[in-house]
Amino acid sequence: MSLLEVRDLDVTFSTNDGTVRAVNKISFDLEAGETLAIVGESGSGKSQAVFAIMGLLADNGSTSGSVLFHGEELTHLNDTQLNKIRANDMAMIFQDPMTSLNPYMRVRDQMSEVLQLHKGMSKSEAYNACVSMLEAVKLPDATSVINRFPHECSGGMRQRIMIAMSLLCQPKLLIADEPTTALDVTVQAQIMALLRRVQDDFGTAIILITHDLGVVAGSCEKTLVMYGGRILEYATTKEIFAAPSHPYTRGLLSAVPRLDTETDELVTIPGNPPNMMELPAGCPFAPRCEFAKDICHAEMPELVAHGDHEGLRACHLSLEELS
Amino acid sequence: MSKGETLLEVSGVKVDFNIKPDGAMPWTKPLKLHAVNDVSFDLKRGETLGIVGESGCGKSTLARAIISLVPTSGGSIVWLGDELVGLSKSEMRPHRKEIQMIFQDPLASLDPRMNIGEIIAEPLKTHFPRTPKKEIVERVKEMMSKVGLLPNLVNRYPHEFSGGQCQRIGIARALILNPKLIICDEPVSALDVSIQAQVINLLKELQNELGLSLIFIAHDLSVVKHVSDRIMVLYLGNAMEISSSAELYSHPRHPYTNLLISAVPIPDPEIELNREISLIEGELPSPLSPPSGCVFRTRCPKAQAICAAEKPEMKSETKDHMVACHFPD
Repeated sequence: MSLLEVRDLDVTFSTNDGTVRAVNKISFDLEAGETLAIVGESGSGKSQAVFAIMGLLADNGSTSGSVLFHGEELTHLNDTQLNKIRANDMAMIFQDPMTSLNPYMRVRDQMSEVLQLHKGMSKSEAYNACVSMLEAVKLPDATSVINRFPHECSGGMRQRIMIAMSLLCQPKLLIADEPTTALDVTVQAQIMALLRRVQDDFGTAIILITHDLGVVAGSCEKTLVMYGGRILEYATTKEIFAAPSHPYTRGLLSAVPRLDTETDELVTIPGNPPNMMELPAGCPFAPRCEFAKDICHAEMPELVAHGDHEGLRACHLSLEELS
Repeated sequence: MSKGETLLEVSGVKVDFNIKPDGAMPWTKPLKLHAVNDVSFDLKRGETLGIVGESGCGKSTLARAIISLVPTSGGSIVWLGDELVGLSKSEMRPHRKEIQMIFQDPLASLDPRMNIGEIIAEPLKTHFPRTPKKEIVERVKEMMSKVGLLPNLVNRYPHEFSGGQCQRIGIARALILNPKLIICDEPVSALDVSIQAQVINLLKELQNELGLSLIFIAHDLSVVKHVSDRIMVLYLGNAMEISSSAELYSHPRHPYTNLLISAVPIPDPEIELNREISLIEGELPSPLSPPSGCVFRTRCPKAQAICAAEKPEMKSETKDHMVACHFPD
């Protein structure tokens, strides 16, 4: 049994302007201790998909489909039941470490709150556990930092505190939503190294949401490419980078300038991302795809295996037609 | 004007801010924060200079100082033979139209209550108030098609456009005065990958077509390397290294540049999983009390006693590669 099984997950939001179909029928599995990257541009539904898994959608959002965590269905649980799972077995870190920490509470109070509530620890036990966790995430001078308020810490320190906090109950699944986007490259390298070490030490499975393909390359075994609320390609990271099989993945890979190679002109994907309120009937990428045929505009392709590859892709066109 | 002519010469520029520490009493003397400390470079016609560094290294402040958006407290900025430091607002005005700027947040830098025709025309109306209306409309439409916007969108408002299109509007506004230099302050960091490539290509095309010089500020080293002829690396307000972009990547001589390059992930698992990543230890020191001598010495793997005692001079062994370090590679 996989740690997490997501089947046909749909996320819709009802707004004054109409219904936004943020996520459309996505399915994937995550094994214990594995790292999965979800890559996509803004508005591709990558964050809303994991918010739905965590039961954190905004009030106007609704989900259908199934999310099995350890065989337990999460979509039917109420908040009290979810809260037990959320702290003990699943945890999440967010993009902006400033807004996700409580500015009115000292680091020690907001960290130990989790342990006192969920593990029934006394104040001093919780304090000691927090200090040792901060030391485990290599925060220098942990005993002094723990007494500070969030605004007294730098961005990198705050993200380390968030990671320490999410690991306190030793969750089996850690969801990281753009954990390094707000940070400088040098700090990003530190945080990614930390996440890799955390995974080795605690055996945590990680879902890493990002738009940075460089970050994916270094730390994820599998990659899932999302666009317009759908999965377009799902394969091992090595395969995605070595032999991308979807035109969107190919475009994405050649649109980023690389530090180690010289390119005269970047390949661009023409046009703009789709309006999520008026998604095309067929493949969401078809309007920007140079290879699109009539069927692409009419019908959404299934996410299926192709040839003798292990990975899955959702594209009407054969690999020969794409080259 | 010929290609290769020096447009801008910046030497020893300093920018200081007066900062009151948290909880200071009204009579406490403010502290001096050296946001930019003794930075020098020059820029030739048609050339692109990239400025990289982490947040808080002074790269935006330096750009703002060049067009007098923040006052300098020392040094000189010479634009086509004219000294810009110390000019009054009205004396500065004729130079302003030759240096334009593009900002990071494309939506926030456009007035939400003006339609984009008005936004793009505004610099023209300010600097050439007697331009006939018909000519203004023509120029606006010409600029719009030049940056890849349909001219019939001229009456729309900024909120109706996507991030990439807003950045194109910002570029059109900067271009309408036929400037010689455009300062781009993180022009693509707020954009998605596929849109980022469109804007970068547009800037390069326009540069070739119009012979523009660019100062390109960004924290993303791969983007900067892609667009720039030369790159300057800043750390805590001090220039660490200036070099041609290919040379900077293949032979970085300053330990900070080296660590910065090592921190950039390469989008290729075969390379990324097998390469040795050297991490910078520790935290960025407070700019209010920067380390003595070389500002990078507290985190530098090669630091020795002399680094604390003496600030290294910016010097060069080869003509185009300057480095401020006592022990360069």
